Amino acid sequence: MELDPLSLLISIVKIAAVMAWVYGLLRVMGHASKWVKIGGIIALFAVVQLAISINVGDSPILNNFDTGLLFQACTITMVSLGLNLIYGFNGQFSLGQWGFYGIGAYAAADITYRWTNGDAAGLLVAGIGVILIGVVILGLNRFLSRYRGLPVLSAFTLYLIGVIIAGVAAYYIGATLGPMLAPLFGTSDVPGILRSDLALQVVFVLAVFIAGAFAAEVAFLFGLPVLTLGSDYFGIASLGFVIVVNTLMVNSDTILPFPEMKGGRGMVGIPQVTTWFYAFFFLLLVIVVMRNIIHSSTGRAILSVREDETASKAMGINIANYKLLSFVTGSLFAGLGGGVYAHYIGFLSPGTFDFLIGFNPLIIVVFGGLGSMTGTLVAGFFWMFFLEGMLRVLLGQLGTEAPTWRFVLYPITLLLMMLVRPKGLLGSVEWGFLKRPVAPRRGGNDSARGPAGVVPALK
Amino acid sequence: MTETLANPMASAATATTNQPLLDVRKLNKFFGGLRAVNDFDMIIYPGELVGLIGPNGAGKTTCFNMISGLYTPSGGEIILYGQNVAGLEPYEVTQMGVGRTFQNIRLFPNLSVLDNVRIAYHTHAGYSMIDAILRTPRYERMERELTEKAQDFLSIFKLERIQDELAMNLPYGEQRRVEIARALASNPRLLLLDEPAAGMNPAEIVTLMDLIHFVQERFNLTILLIEHQMRFVMGICERITVMDFGEVIARGTPKEIQADPRVVEAYLGKGATHAA
Repeated sequence: MELDPLSLLISIVKIAAVMAWVYGLLRVMGHASKWVKIGGIIALFAVVQLAISINVGDSPILNNFDTGLLFQACTITMVSLGLNLIYGFNGQFSLGQWGFYGIGAYAAADITYRWTNGDAAGLLVAGIGVILIGVVILGLNRFLSRYRGLPVLSAFTLYLIGVIIAGVAAYYIGATLGPMLAPLFGTSDVPGILRSDLALQVVFVLAVFIAGAFAAEVAFLFGLPVLTLGSDYFGIASLGFVIVVNTLMVNSDTILPFPEMKGGRGMVGIPQVTTWFYAFFFLLLVIVVMRNIIHSSTGRAILSVREDETASKAMGINIANYKLLSFVTGSLFAGLGGGVYAHYIGFLSPGTFDFLIGFNPLIIVVFGGLGSMTGTLVAGFFWMFFLEGMLRVLLGQLGTEAPTWRFVLYPITLLLMMLVRPKGLLGSVEWGFLKRPVAPRRGGNDSARGPAGVVPALK
Repeated sequence: MTETLANPMASAATATTNQPLLDVRKLNKFFGGLRAVNDFDMIIYPGELVGLIGPNGAGKTTCFNMISGLYTPSGGEIILYGQNVAGLEPYEVTQMGVGRTFQNIRLFPNLSVLDNVRIAYHTHAGYSMIDAILRTPRYERMERELTEKAQDFLSIFKLERIQDELAMNLPYGEQRRVEIARALASNPRLLLLDEPAAGMNPAEIVTLMDLIHFVQERFNLTILLIEHQMRFVMGICERITVMDFGEVIARGTPKEIQADPRVVEAYLGKGATHAA
């Protein structure tokens, strides 16, 4: 048993190509010209699409295994970007990201699963529920902001009551309207208009957004009381959240009323709708939204909370709000990632959302560099293609048990990295699109501006 | 530029000089059994430059923290423009027009000097997060205006050349100036300076005194400052309040304070007056 040098070379070339692709994407997105931007993004999308669909010999350039890695790299990068917003940019150590990923995956999968089985109630209940709950939360938020010094637990109770009422209302509305659409589905022999492929695509996109919004709303309810704890305590509480979510998944058919999720046996029969287009689109969406938030006044407020809470307060920033905002936004990204993931693989197992695996996004964020979006992107793709791709394949050639060695190799890599580059792979370096915009300097004769002689002794 | 920078409220307030800007009444703070501040009273009128001095541990910074909302008073009232702000959250107090600096400089170390100052504009940035996500014209316009305003502040403090430096890489004196610039950018009516001259050499102190006078006139500010350096306080303040062991022991003009035996005693110990 020995390593095949050719496959080693191919693996290295693949990783290099992926990294170059990520770099190219960020450069193109950051280009000043609108047309280069749009053209470049389409070209980079097309390159991968062609690699997936063009056969060389008897398999595509990117075979099924590689495509799987690519999709998972996209989803885990979305999740990790969300975590970076929470931990890297806002400074709140959270282990809960994986739970929101799982919530998003299961929520989106349930909607499309029911849809393909001729049941529109799932989409309606979830869609109306998410909207109503959102309205209740935003409305209560505006209403409660008038009352100073309201204890957080009282506020939480009010939110919870509001959310439960909205949820129950959505359930009855959806459950009443759902069956009315049944005739439009037709039967499996004579498919109706709603059973068409186009309808499924639309429902899928809606389901992913609903999943993201749902994860964000859960994050709001969880974060409101728990974020008042200090950072470390919050981390532990969020770990508890992942375990709770996982336990609910394992028992989704017994203690939760979702027999189609089949509990610990895993949910099967989810339509495999995710294509490269969707994975790319949602990743791009997350990158753009997050970057636009960070490079704004809101982003500076989020950063200031990480830098110095006391000074941030003294600058008039309501730090509790910004902790909650970044936590909710980060969880929204995780929920979107979950929705995309569920429809790629078509199968969801609670084992995927175990808390131990939940450390992966954290490792990616730390590996890439806290507070570096570029770092997270690079580390996310590298992680998938190196650890899951290259090492699994190469070590697989050494014997059936050998792939286990990658869990020895990669902690050592991580350890070395922490010793050599404690700030992460890229530190705070950003590429192209993600670079912080630099304000033009005031040039020329500055003595004309400032009051002459006021600060002579200081350079 | 003065138009955009100066607080419109401040000029309106100076007209009615008989109404105090800050009226602190019977302020108390206990830490467990320790009485850090005991029945602290202070009145500041618009446009004044008032000093708060006292030996280490006298409770000066505790008073500052209560006025700026970082501590909740155990008792008493802090009346800012006729409204009691005791017990409000710090961000609410700041939004009502109280800016402050800290004794041990608290900049945002990993952000650039420009961003440090721009953060102070957050509460009146003029665009929402939705504007930022969609990059609306309003975002572009307000962000540019905000950056220009921040740069105006930086050039007043002669910091425009280092706008892209990380705050943590600056020398001490520049960090102090960035902190004052940042506090001013939050558009205060009342500026609280906690030991602005700490760690400065005599030449720098003279410069700082000029700077404080300048910003006070330029932005129509009322300033309350804590300081240890007697030269500095005596040279700059119109009125001085002296604290010791959490209580006010003297008030008056610099001359009166220098002559007050209780102040000399608090600083130099009992019997010092005889020795002198």
